[in-house]
Amino acid sequence: MRIKQVSVFVQNQPGRLLAILEVMEKNGINLRALSISESGEFGIVRMIFPDAERGMEALREAGFTARMDWIVSAEIPDTPGGLLNNVVKPLSEAGVNLKYFYAATDAISKKTIVVLKADDLDKAEQILEGI
Amino acid sequence: MIRDPKHEQMSRGDLEKLQLERLKAIVAYVAEKSPYYQRAFKERGIKPGDVQSLKDITKLPFTSKLDFRDNYPFGLLAVPMDEVVRVHSSSGTTGKPVIAPYTQKDIDTWSEIMARTLATAGVNKDDVLQNAYGYGLFTGGLGFHYGAECLGASVIPTGGGNTKRQILLMQDLGTTVITCTPSYSLILNETALEMGVDIRESKLRVGVFGAEPWSEQMRKDIQGKMGISAINIYGLTEIIGPGVSTECPYQCGMHIAEDHFLAEIINPETGEQLPYGETGELVLTTLTKEAQPVMRFRTKDITSLNPEPCECGRTHVRMSRITGRTDDMLVIKGVNVFPSQIESVLLDVEGVEPHYMIVVDRQEGFKSDYLEVWVEVSDDVFSDEMQKMESLEAKLRAEMDSVLAIAAKIKLVEPKTIARTEGKAKRVFDRSELPDT
Repeated sequence: MRIKQVSVFVQNQPGRLLAILEVMEKNGINLRALSISESGEFGIVRMIFPDAERGMEALREAGFTARMDWIVSAEIPDTPGGLLNNVVKPLSEAGVNLKYFYAATDAISKKTIVVLKADDLDKAEQILEGI
Repeated sequence: MIRDPKHEQMSRGDLEKLQLERLKAIVAYVAEKSPYYQRAFKERGIKPGDVQSLKDITKLPFTSKLDFRDNYPFGLLAVPMDEVVRVHSSSGTTGKPVIAPYTQKDIDTWSEIMARTLATAGVNKDDVLQNAYGYGLFTGGLGFHYGAECLGASVIPTGGGNTKRQILLMQDLGTTVITCTPSYSLILNETALEMGVDIRESKLRVGVFGAEPWSEQMRKDIQGKMGISAINIYGLTEIIGPGVSTECPYQCGMHIAEDHFLAEIINPETGEQLPYGETGELVLTTLTKEAQPVMRFRTKDITSLNPEPCECGRTHVRMSRITGRTDDMLVIKGVNVFPSQIESVLLDVEGVEPHYMIVVDRQEGFKSDYLEVWVEVSDDVFSDEMQKMESLEAKLRAEMDSVLAIAAKIKLVEPKTIARTEGKAKRVFDRSELPDT
């Protein structure tokens, strides 16, 4: 399924992630998933919110550089080989290249949520719809 | 039209002869009359007879803005006060103002130079010239006024401000030439449009703009919007006011009035004279001034000189548009760089905004072996993909390297990291000034 993700530009310094999370708390915005990638002196924090627009507005208002992008998310069984057989193998066989990827597991429902961006987002979405 | 063919079209050889004759005379004059130069020459053991060729000018000491300040107000004056008929002054925004006294002969010389300047810019006696430079202590207002009268043009002395009245008079009196700062010309145009007036349809055909730095891009903008020929002129209070140099309608550099001002280009670090064509600091010596002649004045303006004959037929050297001030210059690993050049490289990369700062590690003067450029990441250039962010960084680095031949470290920073100031922004910081980099 296609969902919206919010990304924020941060300098790679102590306290920057804290500043982002404080904005979320202050605005009563819940966080579903989060990933950080870093490159030397800066990083990109990517987040999934129940309401992406609200999340982005709150961050921009607090002075952050933020943007919203469509990405693909899917729910897969939390079992050995779950990620391999449901996501990576079919995408790889279809020649879809991943740009980035992150996941979160819910221990109670035994489900894993994966979030990814690919060079061919339509194809990735199509393949993952079939799970 | 060439107003003074004898002087403006002199062969370079004859011009140099005239310059040497005048230089020798003025050096002897200041050695005798100016308390400041008497002292300065004595301290260095300089005798007027030491100057036997134009090259010998390098034996004379430089005069700086600081010397004017230290000898405020009349330490450089070479005539008794009763011979002074007028006094102008700089704004003094950076300290005590520079005082510029004139004798009657100086006023006559200046008026003639300004008449020639206006003629060079394409103005003639049939023109209606609206002078919107400020009248008063500032040299611009009266300098243009006297020059235009001397030329025989009809002068409307509006001075600065009251923009709506300016537009009204421009239309009703049929103004053909406007003289003001380049930025004021844009304000005039905007106000005209608000009043429903299209200046392109008016009689206005020439603008003579100076007193502040402007770019070639801005010239194109003004010419397009107002349908005029926008001419760049240059001058300094310390030297005479406007009239030191002006463009002709070919717009290919500003002709320096070399029969009155001797121009040199020096390396601002070493003070060494540089050959034609090389970029450095402009140094000017007045050859004909009476009240307050100045030897080798360091203008702090960065330019280069071109002695090639101009299509207009004038032989006087042309100075290029001022590209910067020595105050702003940086020398990064031996390469001269101005913050304005760094800015233009950054702005050429799509989406990058002019919020940047430059971090150097100055050991002495403006030399640094280190250059870091901080660029704020705007929403326009930000990407959720790390690869794109890294390639932005790499692109900025490569542009710095290919355009300016300097290796800069690019640091992408969050918005508002760089302090916003009203007016002139401080762009260059020393590493030691920053708490944590």
